[in-house]
Formats: sequence, C-alpha cells, structure tokens
Amino acid sequence: MNSEPNPIEAYPHWWRLLFGRFTLESLPLHEPIVVVTFLAVAVGGLAVLGLVTRYKLWGVLWRDWFTSVDHKKIGIMYMVLGLVMLLRGFADAVLMRSQQAIAHGGSDGFLPPHHYDQIFTAHGVIMIFFVAMPLVTGLMNYVVPLQIGARDVAFPFLNNFSFWMTTGGVVLTMMSLFIGEFAATGWLAYPPLSNIAYSPSVGVDYYIWALQIAGIGTTLSGVNLIATIVKMRAPGMSMMKMPVFTWTSLCTNILIVASFPVLGAVLALLTLDRYVGTNFFTNDLGGNPMMYVNLIWIWGHPEVYILVLPAFGIFSEVTSTFSGKRLFGYASMVYATVVITILSYLVWLHHFFTMGSGASVNSFFGITTMIISIPTGAKIFNWLFTMYRGRIRFDLPMMWTVAFMLTFVVGGMTGVLLAVPPADFVLHNSLFLVAHFHNVIIGGVLFGLFAGIYYWWPKAFGFRLDPFWGKVSFWCWVVGFWVAFMPLYILGLMGVTRRMSSFEGTSLQPFFIVAAFGAALIACGIAAMIVQFAVSILRREQLRDLTGDPWGGRTLEWATSSPPPEYNFAFTPMVHDGDAWWDMKSRGYKRPLEGYKAIHMPKGTGAGVIISAIATVFGIAMVWHVWWLAAISFVGAIAAVITHTFNYDRDTYIPADEVARTEAERTRTLALVKA
Amino acid sequence: MAQSHIAAADDAELHFYVADEHGHAEGGTMLGFWLYLMSDCLIFAILFATYGVLGRNYAAGPSGADLFDLKLVAVNTSMLLFSSITYGFAMLEMEKGDQRMTQRWLAVTGAFGLCFIGLELYEFAHLIHEGATPQRSAFLSSFFTLVGTHGLHVTFGLIWLVTLMVQVHQRGLIQANRRRLMCLSMFWHFLDVIWIGVFTFVYLMGSLS
Repeated sequence: MNSEPNPIEAYPHWWRLLFGRFTLESLPLHEPIVVVTFLAVAVGGLAVLGLVTRYKLWGVLWRDWFTSVDHKKIGIMYMVLGLVMLLRGFADAVLMRSQQAIAHGGSDGFLPPHHYDQIFTAHGVIMIFFVAMPLVTGLMNYVVPLQIGARDVAFPFLNNFSFWMTTGGVVLTMMSLFIGEFAATGWLAYPPLSNIAYSPSVGVDYYIWALQIAGIGTTLSGVNLIATIVKMRAPGMSMMKMPVFTWTSLCTNILIVASFPVLGAVLALLTLDRYVGTNFFTNDLGGNPMMYVNLIWIWGHPEVYILVLPAFGIFSEVTSTFSGKRLFGYASMVYATVVITILSYLVWLHHFFTMGSGASVNSFFGITTMIISIPTGAKIFNWLFTMYRGRIRFDLPMMWTVAFMLTFVVGGMTGVLLAVPPADFVLHNSLFLVAHFHNVIIGGVLFGLFAGIYYWWPKAFGFRLDPFWGKVSFWCWVVGFWVAFMPLYILGLMGVTRRMSSFEGTSLQPFFIVAAFGAALIACGIAAMIVQFAVSILRREQLRDLTGDPWGGRTLEWATSSPPPEYNFAFTPMVHDGDAWWDMKSRGYKRPLEGYKAIHMPKGTGAGVIISAIATVFGIAMVWHVWWLAAISFVGAIAAVITHTFNYDRDTYIPADEVARTEAERTRTLALVKA
Repeated sequence: MAQSHIAAADDAELHFYVADEHGHAEGGTMLGFWLYLMSDCLIFAILFATYGVLGRNYAAGPSGADLFDLKLVAVNTSMLLFSSITYGFAMLEMEKGDQRMTQRWLAVTGAFGLCFIGLELYEFAHLIHEGATPQRSAFLSSFFTLVGTHGLHVTFGLIWLVTLMVQVHQRGLIQANRRRLMCLSMFWHFLDVIWIGVFTFVYLMGSLS
C-alpha cells in the first residue's frame, strides 16, 4: 500500500488544500479481503440503520440512551461496544491463525506481509483498548454505584462524555480499515519504526489519535469512579466494609488516573516527532527511541492490572455468592489488591530486559516482578478457602471462575518464568510470550468478564441467560483456549518469534494447525454466546427473575429490583456489615412501604455526544492533514465545552408520587413471588 | 455521603435505610478536580523526565547556557507569581461576597497571565529566529515541549478565566460559580508550582552549564 510512490503528487493543489493527503488510492479497492469486509459491514450497517428507522427507534435511542447520564445505561452501552469490538478483534485473530497455519514451506498464505502487520497491530490495540477496557469500565459503571448504595456516579455528565470519547476512538480505528490503513508497527508502535521516516503513511496517525481520544475518556472515567467510591458510599460503609469488587474497582481507577496521562504524554511526543519534526525518538540529533519504550511501558504495565484487578473483584463476588459463604480473608484480599496496585508501577522494565540496562537494573525489575506473584497467589488461596466446605453451586459464573483459577495459575507461572532475566533473553519476543499474555488476559480478564456478565445480566435485564447455550459456549471457549495457546508455548520454547507472516520449511506447521483448530473452537464459543443472548431474549419470560436477587446475593446491588429503577434505591441503604445485603436478609430487613420523598437526579444532555463527535472529526482531520478542518473542529470542540458550562440547569427531581408508584409495583411483584 | 441521621446504636432496632434524607451533599467536585490535577501533574512529570534524559543532547547545537536570557525569564516568572497572588485576592473577595472586587482581581490575574504568555511567545520567537528551533536537537525538542505545554495550560486557564468572569457577571457569586472559581484557583496555583519546577530545572540549571 505505501510501497508505491506517493500518489498525492498527482493531485492538484486545491485537492490537497481541501482533502489533505487523502486520495482515491487511499481506498483499498485493490484488496479483495478488505472490499468484501467493507461490503459485509456496509450491508449489515445499513440493515441495522434501516431497522432502527423502520421501528422509529431513533428518538428512544437518542433520549433514553445516547444522551442518558444514568450510570446503568452508560454501563450497558460500554458492554455493547466491547462485545461488538470483540467480534472485530477476533476476526483479526482468525485471519492471523489461518495465515500462520497455511504459510509454510514456500507458501505465502493469503495475506501480504504489510497487511498482516496491520492485522496483528489492530488485533492488539482493539482487544486491549476497545474490548477489554470498555467491558471492564462498563461493569464498573454498572455495578459500583449499586454496590455502594449510591444513585449515580459523582459526575454523571462526565461519565456520558467518557463513553462517547471511547466510541470516538473506536470510530477512528474502524475507519482505518476502509479508508487508508492502520499502523503496521505492533500494538505499542515503537519508534523508530513508528516515526515518520519509516511509517510515513496514515496508519500510525490513526493509531495515535484513536488512542489519544479514547484515552481522555478513560482518564476522566477513572477520576469519576474514584470520586464516586470515595465520596458516595452509603452511610455505615467504611472502607473495610466495601465489597471486594468495589475495592478492586477503586484500585483500578487509581491505576487509570496514574497511568493513562503517561500514555497521552508519550503519544503526544510521538505526534510531535511525526507532525512537527522534533527529535524525541529519532535516531539522530539526540533523540532516543528507548525513551519511548520506557515511557509507554510505564503506562503499559499498570494497564495489565487495570484490566485484571476488576476481574479479581468479580471472582471474589462470584466465589463467595456461589459458595454461600462470606469471602475468606477479606482483609488480606484488600491488602493484596493494594500491594498489586503499588507493585504494578515497579516492574515495567521487564518488558524489555534485552534493552541492555545491565545486570543490576534487570535483577531489580526481575525480582519486583516475581514478588507480584505473592499477593496474587494469596488471592487464589483465598478463593480456594472460600470454596472449601462451601455449598458450591456450579452455575455459569462459578464455572468461569473455576476455569479461571486453573488457567490463570498456568499463565502466572509462565509469567514468573519470563521474569527471570536470563530466561527472558531466550524467550523475549517469542511465541512463548504471546502464549503467556493470552493465558493471563483470556484466562484472567476475559473469563472474569464473562463470569461478571453472567452474574450481573439478571440484575441489568431482569432475566437470566440461558444455561444450555452458556455451557456450550463455556466448553468451546475453555477447551478452545487451551488448544489454541498450548502449541504457542511449545513453539516459543523452540525459538519461534512472534509477528511472522510466513515460515520456511514445514516442520512447524502441525503446531500452527492445532492452534488454528483451537481458534475455530473459540469461534464456536463466541457463536454459542451470540445464540445464547438471542435465545435468552426470546425465552425471557421463562428465565424471568422477579425477586431482584436470583443468586442469593450478598452485596447491595441485589437489594433492589432487576432492572433497578432509575434512582436505584428509594431510600439510601444503611450498612452495618461487609456483606450488607446478606446481613439485611439475615436480620429480617423489611422493605419500607411508605414515606417516599422526591429524588434528586442528574439530567440527560446531548453535550457529551456532540463534543466527542467534534473531537473525532478533529482526529480524522489530523490523520489526513486536512488542516482547515482540524482548526475548525479544534476551536469548535472548545466552543462546545464552553457552551456546555453555560448550562446551569443540570438536575431534576423524580416526584415522590412517581417513586411511590414504582415502589408499589415492586411490592406487588414481590408479593406475587411469595405466593 | 448522604446527610443522614445514623440510627442510634440501639441494638434493639437496627436501621437499614436512611428515612430522612436531606438532599445531595456536594463535595465530590473538589476531590475530582484535584485528581484531575494529579493526572495533569503526571503529564508534566513525563515531560520533565524526558527533559531530564534528553536535555543535554545538544546534537552540536546551542545549549541552555547559550540561549537562555535569565533576566527575561525572571520578569516572566514574576508575572506568573504575581498572578497567583492576585488570584488569591480574588478568592478572598469571593469569600466576602464582594462580586465587583472579585471580578477586578480576576481581571488583574488575567492581565498578568497575558503578559506571561506574551513574554513566552516573544522568547520562543526569538529562539526560533536564532535557529534554535524545536527540530534542531532533542534538547530543544524537549525544552519547547515542556515550556510550551505549560504555556498552553496557562492559555487554557485564561480562556477559562474569561468564561468564568462572564458567568459571574451573569449569575453572580452563586454556589456553582464559587465552586468553579475554586477549581480554577487550584488549577492556577498548580501551574505556578509547575513553573517553579520549570524555572529551576530548565532555566537556572540549564544556564549553569
């Protein structure tokens, strides 16, 4: 794509003024795979838009969802975004697995190297930033305010804005598939490769602006959730009475606020190198590419814990609920979480032991890395002891939790192996590493998110997910994971490096074919999951839960109806115990039936959508060097923010009689359940 | 946390909900804004670290000792420090509820801020004119980025200041506006602190070599 001479030279001056460096050649019409994908996406997209128009849903979507500041709706929108992007990220994975299964012994496979490079870059970026992050943020958004007995987050508008900024990043990433290209540099875009001399095309710019825009959203949502957890807990809920998921969310958001600005700053420096011609990460005039690698991993390593800590929280909730027991070692769980939070800042250099910082530096970072396994191991034992002598129910969330424990322990051990600097010199950039981080991210983060989705789905929608298709999906996923990644461990030990688009000889091919078969199993798992969502929605009456507490829950989110009313709790709960709802149930709590008051709530606003849309246009303009549009949209975004600050009318009251009506409905439902 | 009557610790009757709630307690904004400032502080930390690593890589070009005009920077620094003092005066007047004097001190703060930005732009223009451009060496790249990012913050602070003056003019010193003035106050003093770092590590220590 960018190997030919720059086609922009052939275009007239007015075209360049108007469209920057966009040319008709930027459309990948000569790439059949991309064209077919585009057609499929276009047809699918048009079908969705058509259906929304046909059933006149635009008004509902805009009023009740896009402009909503309700943390529950924003949480659900994050989940939808993450699951849709999972399909895109997984499509990239399938392409890679099939390419590597075919391209042996003189065969080039079906993907040219330049295209293959973009695919593995996009796969990493999408899976981390636009699958794992939205899913984690979505669950925290939905669950945390409910768990602490609050009615919304501290800054409801900012929450909506954060979501739309993340979506802006998604739009840029998806756009790069069809207009221009994506970065072909690997998911962290190391210079000098990512610098203008070696990546002159738009790919790295798409990468930079997508992450920059989404990153602003993520940072603000981190600030928001910290303030929520610190300031808005129900009376009586001291820090050491917070549910563990809330604790891990707090630590995750602290990590977000303490690391995403670093990503923003380092990407800004790369931007300056590319756009202004500065010399931060160049090879000459005093630049230092290793500076970039250090800085980006100071964000990158905490990012791993940003993803996995909430998953640890989910497993804690699930284990204690489905074992019917209080969580074993609550305090040690909290301390372990905090210790991991701190240690996650002291290990970044293990990502590049081979940089050559010398034995002392490498030893320091190797040892800190190994130390992290201690609090993590403590957590595993806490979960096991929670299960010990518990009355365990193997519902889907619990199945995912057990699968996690078995899988994650292996991933953790290979991690400790990699933490030994001499071993790392052998395994650096090999498929062993690829297998290791998929082992912890799929086995830790993704399994946790699935457990969380199955666990809280009934809370969000009022009915359970169909267990049969859930089990099909579970077994396909778990077995598929092991079949897909164990061959990569073996290949990595044999010295096969990552990011290869073809291999000489055929001796390695069997392993890659097995891995591809594993990916196919995972594809079945994803398909079964989609079937499960569809079947569950169709059979929702049979799967209905009217109690609001289908699992015998222990924390406050189960104290209210499913789905919860807009105001979450008619009366703010008062907490006397760590397992607040369990405590209420066991001490004969009676739901108040009168004395309702008007409830103060934030008002929805379209400002978040508008400002993010302008920011996205700014990103696109910057990618394509359309300077007039960039200037206009930059000024426009600032003007939109200022205009928004002139709106002082931000809250509203839900009248007392409306609350009374909703609660009376709930009282009837509960009586029905009892009868 | 909600204002509430916490039930008397009378074990006979445990309360599980707050029956009598008195509206929303505000207070999250200051914490939230402070958290934002800390995230901003990290951005500066990264820029300082970058300057620390690359700040001696002159690439056979000019060094700080060749370029910096300490007298100009001293004037510039005093402008910013004065603006912090006058912002403090504005906040004192706000506490007294004197809208007119608050606005005046805010205007004086803005004027000092403008002088600061003006002098910084003059300095940059002068450096670029002499051929010491951000592209010349890694030292100059990191110098311009660190100082420029601070200047950009001050510029946004000025836009914010003007916006708030209009809002105070429109609605007076209502609770929401007081909260906003408090936030800008934190922002403004924060930029002062950052500048002291810039002045020390970039200009003073840079002139030594």
